[in-house]
Amino acid sequence: MEQLIIFGILISLGYFFGRHAEKKHYKSIQEREKHWLQLPTTSSKYVLEDDRIIDHCDLVNGSMVVSVDYFKRILARLRNFFGGNIQSYETLIDRARREAVLRLKESCPEANQVINLRLETSSITKGSGKQIGSVEVLAYGTAVYFCK
Amino acid sequence: MFLTNTEEVPGKKITTFYGVVSGSTVRAKHAGRDLMAGIKNVFGGELKGYTELLQESRDEAIDRMKSQAKQLGANAVVNVRFSTSSVAAGASEIYVYGTAVSVE
Repeated sequence: MEQLIIFGILISLGYFFGRHAEKKHYKSIQEREKHWLQLPTTSSKYVLEDDRIIDHCDLVNGSMVVSVDYFKRILARLRNFFGGNIQSYETLIDRARREAVLRLKESCPEANQVINLRLETSSITKGSGKQIGSVEVLAYGTAVYFCK
Repeated sequence: MFLTNTEEVPGKKITTFYGVVSGSTVRAKHAGRDLMAGIKNVFGGELKGYTELLQESRDEAIDRMKSQAKQLGANAVVNVRFSTSSVAAGASEIYVYGTAVSVE
């Protein structure tokens, strides 16, 4: 009985706090993405067409470690049984990727372009069995500065 | 020192190749941070401690790679790649490698 109560508390904590945090995070991501549209970013190796002369360039990176909440973990465990899309994990990793790219852009506000953007995902703490504990997303690229 | 993850330094010409240089770090966070991360696993969200930890160790790995390139007499590292692997629970290795070159 006691175990059931603890389980219920953990689930509801995960549900309410997790959902609130996700909504807040998505809102801030959307706002910042709008702001950072001014900084052209590509995954191509070459500098986008521009007449200005390149002054210098630098390696920039941004990262985020994100963890699933208890409620989503239970949902995913159920999904593992029936099969299909685990939407709760999809949104989690989507959030981490977009945040990592935003942090990369925020680390070089003076840059004119970011080229060769690469994203890498790695799970840093493995949970039991097939479960993922927390995921790290790293975004890195080359910031290009033009002569003024 | 120029660092890029493209094959060449944009706007500059490569004159000499020195070969592959690399840097790596293995780090773990103290138990208090691990405990916080365990609690965060219930609520979900960002694990700030781990983000910081990985960012610090990445910076250090880059510094080690830079000093290796400097010893060779290079002034740029091109084609930089990162790789992360967990060697034990709570500890992770960051490996950075690239090609040391001289540019004009």
